[in-house]
Amino acid sequence: MSVRHISMRSGVAAVFLAIVAIALPAHAMDIKRVVSPGGIEAWLVEDHKVPVLALEWVFDGAGGTDPQGKEGLANIASTMLDEGAGPYDSQAFQARLQDKAIALGFESGRDGFGGSMRTLAENREEALELTRLALTEPHFAPEALDRMRASVMASLKRDLADPNYVARRQFYATAFPDHPYGGENRGSLDSLPTITPDDLRTFVKGQFGRDRLVVTAAGDISPEDLGKALDKVFGGLPIKADAKPISDVTMSGLGQTILLPRPTAQTVMLMGQPGVKRDDPDWYAATVMNYVLGGGGFGSRLMEEVREKRGLSYGVYSYLIPMDHTALVMAGGSTVNAKAGQALDIMRQEWARMAKDGLTDQEMADAKTYLTGSFPLQLGSTQAIARILLQVKRDKLGIDYLNQRDRYINAVSQADVKRVAQRLLDPAKLLTVLVGRPEGVSPTRTIDGGS
Amino acid sequence: MPACFPARRFAAAGLLALTMTVAAPLAPALLGAPPAQAAEKGVFFPESFTLSNGMQVVVIPNHRVPVVTHMVWYKVGAADEERGQSGIAHFLEHLMFKGTDAIQPGEFSRIIAKNGGRDNAFTSYDYTAYYQNVARDRLEMVMRMEADRMANLKLTDAVVYPERDVIIEERRQRIENEPADRIGEQINATLFVHHPYGTPVIGWPQEMSALTREMAEHFYKTWYTPNNAILVVSGDVTAAELKPLAERYYGAIAARPVPERKRVTEPPLTSSRQVVLRDEEVRQPSVRRIWTAPSYRQDQDGQAYALQVLAEIMSGGTTSRLYRSLVVDQKLATSAWLGYGPTAWDMATLSVGASPAAGVPMDKLEPALWAEVDKLLKSGVTEEEVATARKRMLASAAYARDSLTGPAQTLGAALATGQSIDDVENWPVRIDAVTADQVNAAARAVLSQTNHVTGLLLPPTGKDS
Repeated sequence: MSVRHISMRSGVAAVFLAIVAIALPAHAMDIKRVVSPGGIEAWLVEDHKVPVLALEWVFDGAGGTDPQGKEGLANIASTMLDEGAGPYDSQAFQARLQDKAIALGFESGRDGFGGSMRTLAENREEALELTRLALTEPHFAPEALDRMRASVMASLKRDLADPNYVARRQFYATAFPDHPYGGENRGSLDSLPTITPDDLRTFVKGQFGRDRLVVTAAGDISPEDLGKALDKVFGGLPIKADAKPISDVTMSGLGQTILLPRPTAQTVMLMGQPGVKRDDPDWYAATVMNYVLGGGGFGSRLMEEVREKRGLSYGVYSYLIPMDHTALVMAGGSTVNAKAGQALDIMRQEWARMAKDGLTDQEMADAKTYLTGSFPLQLGSTQAIARILLQVKRDKLGIDYLNQRDRYINAVSQADVKRVAQRLLDPAKLLTVLVGRPEGVSPTRTIDGGS
Repeated sequence: MPACFPARRFAAAGLLALTMTVAAPLAPALLGAPPAQAAEKGVFFPESFTLSNGMQVVVIPNHRVPVVTHMVWYKVGAADEERGQSGIAHFLEHLMFKGTDAIQPGEFSRIIAKNGGRDNAFTSYDYTAYYQNVARDRLEMVMRMEADRMANLKLTDAVVYPERDVIIEERRQRIENEPADRIGEQINATLFVHHPYGTPVIGWPQEMSALTREMAEHFYKTWYTPNNAILVVSGDVTAAELKPLAERYYGAIAARPVPERKRVTEPPLTSSRQVVLRDEEVRQPSVRRIWTAPSYRQDQDGQAYALQVLAEIMSGGTTSRLYRSLVVDQKLATSAWLGYGPTAWDMATLSVGASPAAGVPMDKLEPALWAEVDKLLKSGVTEEEVATARKRMLASAAYARDSLTGPAQTLGAALATGQSIDDVENWPVRIDAVTADQVNAAARAVLSQTNHVTGLLLPPTGKDS
């Protein structure tokens, strides 16, 4: 029938790998630094083989903190920019995008407010104009705001039926109380109704500034044309934003095991403790360590012990989450309720074993060949290339980073991994959240009322 | 920016509203052609040949990056299972990673990974596919490994039975943890009363726990032959380069007779049915109605293409009929959609659904939704709507080749469900030829059937928000 019926052996976590694994062989890409006549810088991978242009950008630090009582403002703004702008009302704006198959999207996060545009080369000028209008002349009509608000509120309610969401929410709320990282980015059923069109106007005026802008592009455009495009789209923005970056924070809740009882067939497990930020000297060592521990899908230690040897789960995994103002090393998965205690014990034992013994030489070698060799697999589309460039540029890794990445990975030594594992991994300090009806676990706190 | 929250690990259809839009029509293309001109044949521009043992080979050259996607599709899926063994096609898919004389259990993916590659597999009603994404210089290695397990799978109880626990956990995770997934399974089981499309691909739990090594071996021996498989390679390779490798590894495996795919057909049904799931976990209710519809393969008179145009008119973004009427104008819903996916060996399905806005009771949303269906049946769509939809579909199809894995997925699924490469390549021409009369005739043929199923996902009585 159709895709919805497909059942897979594993939905291997490409999203986690994407965070961890950035490597590129020297031959793959020529990255150009383009500076527009107006002084806006971008990186470009020029490629005329496919008539597609992708543009990716982020306003660094924008939307990090929503005003008190207006939680969810930045996220609502990300849904409203294409709901009417310039001469076009919502329906007219959307129709123009659809008629030309232009994809324009915005995304809010605590570390920045991002956007992306993809167009066929032949529709480039219209795509750039619509992007410019969305950024500089959005309408924020009350009708559209009500509609987007209703949609976000519905998505919040829908997510409450997802035990994975419930676990994540509890984890972050416990780890980062009183910090934007701990809040729900989309706001709450109480805060959303208070957001007004004026709030959105204030947000856009204060948060989008050229001093915060990071831009990359890929595809069918020359450096010269990209320079003109940058000025056209972003040149009208204020030179400086008022966006205040959020404060650094270290996670709380260490050593807690929180249970949210739910009548689900499985127990969803989510655990974590402080990790390494992207600029940490041990980033590459941590990347190699995580790959072996639980980042590598089949063959990782967690998958081997919990799934392959014992059949306790369809999938368990670990991953690094580097944010601008904190970092986490996380693990998770789901398991039948009756065996939750056993699965949790095994995961904690693997955590301890890694801290104590590090890697075998074979594991080290295999991790390095995977992490260096798999990178080009991510370059399948124009947009994917622009996105990877944006991540590298935003993380200030340098324009030659993709040529250096193999070297950084291959330089990781056994001593490096051991050092970072000892520094990061301590099962006694894990914050663990369980959603379900687990047997064989002793929570330090139980939060009733899930349903 | 770094994701603060990891995305869901599994792309399972968690929301009613997402189920069919995910199954979007083929995303084919007319590269660079201005939409004003007549559409021409050509989407992926593949090359194809057949090995002496009957195995079909398809190559989609894409030289942007020195990598390839290598896929083997078997023309067998869950709908070909023997009754009482539901889930065996998917169970075998898992067991294909459990080793041969050359490869130890669990080593397959490990070898791919240490060579910088990624691999996985998936099962549907009509096909089972295995794939590896690797650097082009590892293509021969993965062909050797995939061909080896086509012929030489070795299963032992020690590896089979822990894996059975894994698929049971997979079922719990995918279906049982969330009410939206549970009702989806039950709507399907209600729509198809006799045909195997009513049985979940992953299997019914009481049968999954009774699956055996012998059943898996029997299924493997019956269906996994080169003449029942399709090799699809997309990426930095040409047909001339691939042919000798395909002959060496896959061509060396002897053909065996494969049973005809004979599925039972549905009895004549005239009654409408309703499936209601009330659950404490549901805070956001939803409704959908599902009808059987022609698939590409069953389609006698081009209805499949007309129905795709219909889906675009009714459900293509925020300017679509359903969104404009129910979300923008009447403010009764937060989402509203019509979904149709024609890629199936037997019949396809078409569904219509919506999620109510806050404070809107389901008995107010439902009549408004069905009124849109009635309006469509009564007044039809206009030529102008059809022209706009065609233009948009052809424009977005132009992205089809801007992907490594997408073309291999689309061609593999098409060929495994009875389409030809010519059908796929002619998609733009056929879409471009659809008229309003055809859309209206197809809409009436499907939507005026009375034997539909309506699914309601609701909070417990008295808790309707």
